[in-house]
Parts: sequence; structure tokens; C-alpha cells
Amino acid sequence: MEDDSIELTPEQKRRRRGRNIAIAVTLFGLVVLFYLVTVVKLGINVMNRPL
Amino acid sequence: MSLVDERSASVATSDWSGGASVPDFFELLKPRVMSLVIFTALVGMVLAPGSIHPLIGAVALLAIAVGAGASGALNMWYDADIDRVMLRTAGRPVPSGRIEPGEALSFGLVLSFLSVFTLGVAVDWFAAGLLAFTIFFYAVIYTMWLKRSTPQNIVIGGAAGAFPPMIGWAAVTGSVSLESLVLFLIIFFWTPPHFWALALVKSDDYARAGIPMMPVVAGAPSTRRQIVLYSLVLLPLGLAPWWIGFGGAAYGVAALVLGLIFVALAVDILRAGDGPRARKASMRLFLFSIFHLFALFAVLLFERLTAMAIQVFA
Repeated sequence: MEDDSIELTPEQKRRRRGRNIAIAVTLFGLVVLFYLVTVVKLGINVMNRPL
Repeated sequence: MSLVDERSASVATSDWSGGASVPDFFELLKPRVMSLVIFTALVGMVLAPGSIHPLIGAVALLAIAVGAGASGALNMWYDADIDRVMLRTAGRPVPSGRIEPGEALSFGLVLSFLSVFTLGVAVDWFAAGLLAFTIFFYAVIYTMWLKRSTPQNIVIGGAAGAFPPMIGWAAVTGSVSLESLVLFLIIFFWTPPHFWALALVKSDDYARAGIPMMPVVAGAPSTRRQIVLYSLVLLPLGLAPWWIGFGGAAYGVAALVLGLIFVALAVDILRAGDGPRARKASMRLFLFSIFHLFALFAVLLFERLTAMAIQVFA
């Protein structure tokens, strides 16, 4: 059976890799950002819980 | 045929380049517009009474910037058909075929949601509501409706660019006030003469694309008169922060000098008419207007930061 899938050129693969890295960095950045925002918002109250 | 299909078909003749690069997507955010949005929002935040944690403030700025970028992406998605016939915009990612219309639409929608959600959860839901309204106003009211239907497009649409300092203010206080309204009005009345100065030079481009910009519809002489009128309104408005009291003496002097130069350059456009100096006079006002707005907000920022530093070290 003939393979009719699209073969990406090296340039297209480079762009795809760039997009993947950008998405990964953005998602990781968002996770860190929301973690830090949570810490700042809770502040000292994070200690204020029943043991 | 759905709206999305229509937009896709309008640029269907462009060749698929095999996937956009990261800089192409960054270009969709209109980074130059975004930089002015960040700066004016920052000034709104710094001027607002009260305090905000530096990290929360940074998140607010990031969200406002991304929200502005998202509306830019939605604008480029919708306007791809007219962008490709205008020399100034033909090289943008969608009309040049580097980004598919659907990709630009998804990118804009995802970033719109993310920016509003982040601003709401991390900072303030009222500010997030204002940001959502700003994105809606720019993408729907201005881009989809006003831009192609009335020469007053950038007069009313200018509100979208005027909201950022108000959102910055709301991020700190959770409300709007007379001060933030004045900052809004300065940008609102600055926008028409700023864009019309450029439109006078690029009127052929706009006419080719069928956009009813003021010089295309009302003619250059009428546009020049209106530029002068708006510059005369902008002069006292620029002084309002000093008059109300949230701008100091340095701001008052700067606003007066900058406002008078603005009026002088606007009058120069009127005097140049259609003569050989016309293009130069228009471009001079266009470039000065960018400096004018930047300088007004920079002086306000400088005064407030100086006052804060004195308070800390006194």
C-alpha cells in the first residue's frame, strides 16, 4: 500500500519543534505562575489550619 | 457558509508554508501596540491609590498585555482579506499565508480566555471584566463592525486602546474613578488625530481595501480640519491630570508644551494642504503623537515613582 502521508521538510520540522517548545515553556510558565500567585494570595494564612 | 469558513475562503489562495514559526505567532499579537498597552496599563496601576503585591502586579500586566495581543490576533484573522490588498499590511502572517486563518482565530480565542481568566483569578474580577469588554470591543465592535462601515471607525474604536490604564487602575482598586476616566479620555481623543495623520499618507491603501477612513470618505481637507479640532480638545484634556491633582507641576509643564507642539503640528498639516509638504507634515504629526502620548504617561509615572521614593527614604 502506497504511503500518502505528508513528508515534512527539515525547515517544517524545525518550525514544528519551535512551536512545541514554545507551548511547553508557556504551559510550564503558567504552572509556576499560578503556584507563585497561590503562595502570595494565601500568604501567612497557609499556616492557619488545623493540625 | 459560516463566518469562519468565509474568513478561510477569503485567504484560500495563499500557499500553505508548512506551519508557522514562533515569531509568526508573536507577530499576530501586534507587539508594538502591545508595548504601548503595557506601558499605559503600568502607569494606571502605579497611579492608583493603594498597593498591589509586585508579583500580582506583574501578573496583571502580563494578562492585560496578552489580552491586547489576543484582540490583535482576532483582528488579523478577521481582516486578512483587506490586509492582503494593503501594502502596509500585506506581509502580516495571515494574508502572507504563513499562518492559517483558523490558527489565528484559535490562537486569539485561547489567549483571550486565558488572559481574562488569569486576571480574574489572580488579580480582580472587575478588572478582568473590563479586559474582556476591551477584547470584545476591539475584535467585534471595531474590527467586525465599525472599521468597514463608518469613517468614525477609529473615533469610536479608539476606546479599545484607551481602556488599558483603566484596567491597570481597576487591577489595584477594583473600581474605576475620575482619574482613570481622565487617562481613558486622553488616549481616546489622542487616537483620531494619530491615526488620521497616518491615514492621510496611506489613503490610497485604505481606498484600495475599501475601508471608509476619514480621508477616503470626507476627503483630506476635512480630515485636516478635524485633526486640528481634536488636537485642540486634547490640549486641555492633557492638562486635566494636573488640574485634578494627580499630576504635579512637572506634568503640567510637560502637558502644556507637548500639547502646544501637537496643536502646532496639526495646524502645519492644515497649512501644508495638498502641497509638496503634505506627506512630511502628516508623518511628522504621526510620529510626534506616539512620543506625545508616551511622554505624558512617562512624566506621570516619573512623578509618582519619585514621590514614592521620597516617602520610603524620608
